[in-house]
Amino acid sequence: MSTAPVSHRRASTLRGASLPKWSPWAIAVGSVAVAAGIGLGAGLDSKVQWGLIAAILFVLGTYAIAARVEGRRQAKDRVATSLVWVCFIVAVVPLASLIWETVKRGVKVFDVYFLTHSMGVVADTQPGGGIYHAIIGTLEQVAIATLIAVPIGVLTAIYLVEYGRGKLAKAVTFFVDVMTGIPSIVAGLFILSFWILILDMGYSGFAGSLALSILMMPVVVRSTEEMLKLVPNELREASLALGIPKWRTILKVVLPTSIGGITTGVMLAVARITGETAPVLLLVWGTSVINDNPFSDPQASLPLYIYQQYANSAGSGAAYDRAWAAALALIAFVMILNLAARGIARWKAPKTGR
Amino acid sequence: MAKRIDVSGLTAYYGAHKAIEDISMTVEPRSVTAFIGPSGCGKSTFLRTLNRMHEVTPGGRVEGKVLLDDEDLYGNGIDPVAVRRTIGMVFQRPNPFPTMSIFDNVAAGLRLNGSYKKSELSDIVERSLKGANLWNEVKDRLNKPGSGLSGGQQQRLCIARAIAVEPQVLLMDEPCSALDPISTLAIEDLIGELKERFTIVIVTHNMQQAARVSDRTAFFNLAAVGQPGRLIEIDDTERIFSNPSVQATEDYISGRFG
Repeated sequence: MSTAPVSHRRASTLRGASLPKWSPWAIAVGSVAVAAGIGLGAGLDSKVQWGLIAAILFVLGTYAIAARVEGRRQAKDRVATSLVWVCFIVAVVPLASLIWETVKRGVKVFDVYFLTHSMGVVADTQPGGGIYHAIIGTLEQVAIATLIAVPIGVLTAIYLVEYGRGKLAKAVTFFVDVMTGIPSIVAGLFILSFWILILDMGYSGFAGSLALSILMMPVVVRSTEEMLKLVPNELREASLALGIPKWRTILKVVLPTSIGGITTGVMLAVARITGETAPVLLLVWGTSVINDNPFSDPQASLPLYIYQQYANSAGSGAAYDRAWAAALALIAFVMILNLAARGIARWKAPKTGR
Repeated sequence: MAKRIDVSGLTAYYGAHKAIEDISMTVEPRSVTAFIGPSGCGKSTFLRTLNRMHEVTPGGRVEGKVLLDDEDLYGNGIDPVAVRRTIGMVFQRPNPFPTMSIFDNVAAGLRLNGSYKKSELSDIVERSLKGANLWNEVKDRLNKPGSGLSGGQQQRLCIARAIAVEPQVLLMDEPCSALDPISTLAIEDLIGELKERFTIVIVTHNMQQAARVSDRTAFFNLAAVGQPGRLIEIDDTERIFSNPSVQATEDYISGRFG
């Protein structure tokens, strides 16, 4: 092997010529450079166009070079790999730039004072003020919506997986699917006409929670359903064969086995409704003072605060900065929820270690 | 505490499909009865009708009588949950509860059925694990998850879990088919010990196993694919394996099938 001359390498039927390991990086750098050259030469302003040209050059270049050196089959393999990478980057770039922009603009006024004060004595165009009233509002509205939606959603899922047979189960599944597609503004209008116009209740955090729970319920049902279906039937049979009634089997065997996944699903649903603006705008109305009581009088909430600060900024830099800082707080809140969900899922997952 | 089972004219369905037809037999107390026969002949289905697990499958229903001593398990007002407490079951694949420790797995049947004192529970768990020949291997790690045990240990854990609720009858659905020969031997020895206290019914594909562990053997067969399974004959194991009275049994046992 060590004495075999280089020219004999091609003779082996198992070993073909192959590109060096660094070649994808070289092709990537090369295509970015060429794309920049084309962009400058043709006078394209948009960096997005440069990026697209670079991506196309990267995929085509990979194919052309690999087909020349390694053959067509390996070239197809490399093209598939490069496409995956390009798609990954296309997906990550907006996300990263969104977080970057929010942090960059948000940190200007983001401090303890901002988190612990309301807008009660500050006009929208003045500097100062904070989001305390909006945080209180968001926490209360989301908590109440969760308290309404999670029991109903989880019990519906248990019915569908453990008991549901025939027409009723099919109808429930169908309506859950329909509910998943309800736009948030429609949910808001529904509660507005029912709660505020017909029952003649006032604007309140609770009215917003009702609309949010409508949005949350189908998400909880769907994710819980999938998690319950993952519980092996053998465990249910093992429990039933011990003479344990069905309801205790569900409570003590099926739910504990799937609790990690259910928690993750609930947290994702919470994260989703936390950012909803439309129903809150219609039903909670918004306020600049602290209102701890979600059951009467308008409250604030983070997405609504962001919208109002931006809409009322009237060229004022202060309101604009506050909107970005509130957006940062909202993203941080959702991210903390997601991390908590992952932590709980890992902690509660069935243990396999010895 | 071991009881006799008398089955007469039992037919079981999955929806419209008739899985087994007109089976009658007697299972003697404090003995091991083995069910043998080709795949799909309804051995497992018949076993599951004996503790009303058949009806857990959607569409599953049963006609005929199963008498436990003198009480019909399918009679009016009989609670299937109570039946399953009296007639325990061990499954083909070991299935310990993944969220529970070894201790909790064994205690599950008791704890989920009623309230017991902590000391009472530990006594029963220790007795059951000893009864399943597993105590010495796990006594130092009762709080570790049951899924961390080897396959053979898991199956013995499932047997301990089943005998902890003190059933009268123990049904075993191919309990060794997922295990290696050494674990199989451990379980076969265990069956020999358990038959002192329980009535045992075991489904097996392994004819040597049936010959080794059972006192009586029942041979099931089906006329053709799609036809319901039937009981061909049941007799003392020695007789079935040396001088069966039906030609089909001899063909199956000696490998000349069909």
